[in-house]
Amino acid sequence: MKNLKPINQKAGRIEAQIRREQLDVVGLESQPPEGANIPLGCSLVFFPGWEVDSDGGTAGLCQPVERDLFDCHLACFWPAHVPDQLNHSPDWTAKCASAQKDWRKLDLVFP
Amino acid sequence: MTVLTTEPLMVETPTQLALREFHPFEASGARYVYLVPSAGIFQLDEPSGAILDVLAQGPRSDDEIVGALGQRFSEETLRDGLTELQQIRVIGDVGAPREQVVNDLPPEGFPLTTMVLNVTNKCNLACTYCYEYGEDKIVDTTCSDQPKFMADDTARDGVEFLLKESGPLKVAHLTFFGGETLLNFPVLQDTVAYARKRAEEEGKRIEFSLTTNATLLRPEIIEWLAENEIGVTVSIDGPKEVQDKMRVFHSGKGSYETVQPKIKELLRVHTSRPIGARVTLTRENLDIHRIYKHLHEEMGFWEVGFAPVTTAPDRDYEIQDEGYVRMLAQFGELARDWLEHAVENRHHGFSNIKDTLEEIHKGVSKAYPCGAGLGLMGVSTGGDVALCHRFAASDDHNFGTVADGIDRDKQREFLEEHHIKNKTDCHTCWARPICSGGCYHEANTRYGETQAPNLHFCTWVRSWTHTCLEIYGELSERNPSYLARFDA
Repeated sequence: MKNLKPINQKAGRIEAQIRREQLDVVGLESQPPEGANIPLGCSLVFFPGWEVDSDGGTAGLCQPVERDLFDCHLACFWPAHVPDQLNHSPDWTAKCASAQKDWRKLDLVFP
Repeated sequence: MTVLTTEPLMVETPTQLALREFHPFEASGARYVYLVPSAGIFQLDEPSGAILDVLAQGPRSDDEIVGALGQRFSEETLRDGLTELQQIRVIGDVGAPREQVVNDLPPEGFPLTTMVLNVTNKCNLACTYCYEYGEDKIVDTTCSDQPKFMADDTARDGVEFLLKESGPLKVAHLTFFGGETLLNFPVLQDTVAYARKRAEEEGKRIEFSLTTNATLLRPEIIEWLAENEIGVTVSIDGPKEVQDKMRVFHSGKGSYETVQPKIKELLRVHTSRPIGARVTLTRENLDIHRIYKHLHEEMGFWEVGFAPVTTAPDRDYEIQDEGYVRMLAQFGELARDWLEHAVENRHHGFSNIKDTLEEIHKGVSKAYPCGAGLGLMGVSTGGDVALCHRFAASDDHNFGTVADGIDRDKQREFLEEHHIKNKTDCHTCWARPICSGGCYHEANTRYGETQAPNLHFCTWVRSWTHTCLEIYGELSERNPSYLARFDA
């Protein structure tokens, strides 16, 4: 920080947090800088779209955009919730009780 | 993952910035902000201070602020300042909601760090203001079914309780309290020996302390205290005429002449732990300088701590508004004196300031005013576990027994009810990270319920906290290495 000087321990932690927030998200295959924001999603939960393409392979990950929505559906990365469970797509995951098994039943959604 | 960006639907109006919640203070000519509720402290440079001054007149857009200060500072400096002030949330969007008061409860099974054993509820003194026997008592111990003295077995159950409830902690604290603690010296001896043995078996360490009025100190007791490294706090109000006004025997005779030589002997022999004096301030007893000088310099106490008497309103010893003004002025002078010592890395015995400075240094932001009912509990002579020692044997503030353990349902209910989120009076106060509503016992005595924030103390708490912030800021400039003492 240029204009402000952290004085107590809590201020030091606030400054460190601000610094962390300014770091970019990095790919997992590269050596991340200390404190980098690593995308956790795919390591914890199975996300169709990130992890399999529409053919069940990995050649077309995240393609097309209309198929890469499962994470957005759970964690809401978008400015609005897409697919919108309240209004437009209330039944989008109705046939997908378990993403690992039923991901092929997820339909395309056009935001 | 794909994230879409959308075109803005309408032309954006420039964001209006406004001040958010913080408390400003100055020290050594520099400006600081104490952030609320995070309790972080940042020093401001001149441009960032100027930005806050502009915003103190009302909300402005960043361009307006840059325009207003463009003569004095470069645009780049001002834009950086604006960004940083927003990052630490001293300023923000005028429409942004206030910071929410956190409402998360401590984790289940929070370990017990300190247990206060009331080894007797009898006392050989009859201090006028006593919260245990006086007009504001919570439990009538003379008529209750609690034993007058704690039995060996109950104390041993207490030790087992502490070892178990301290969970993963390697060090736990056991404090003996009363009544007059030394009336039950045999149980103290047995309990310390037993606790040491059991702690060792469990791979833990227990630290001991006690509070006494010093009337019953004898050479063999002093010897035992020193050998066993028992921390000692002596309740004493000051020089003879002050001490004898309130701290009297049942006959009405003052206790100074009795305690003075015994305390001298204690301080001479017991050097394995620092020995502190604990002073109760009343309306008639507010010459803090004189008391401090007598107890620290003349008698030789390592530390002296002061606390205003806990009382229902309108008792004739209650401190009133002008008394608090006087108290604050003297606390302020002692605090300055403490600072000058700290700058030269010398010891000063005014203990009130150290606890507050440690909290300021760490940046604690409390959901509860103290550890009572969480990391600290009191135990009555019969083995009932209470919120703290001041509530020992009260059925309304019971948390189980030492034999059966903590009643977790009652504890959860207590923590739920007493959380800062429920003290709505406190939600607009900048001192809440440190105060969090104040002492439960004070509230119970004053307002009849432990949940109440101590509103009669607000001005005092804010003024004293402000003083401590100034001292902290100045110390951080003049001798920053001293602050490492508060790191642990």
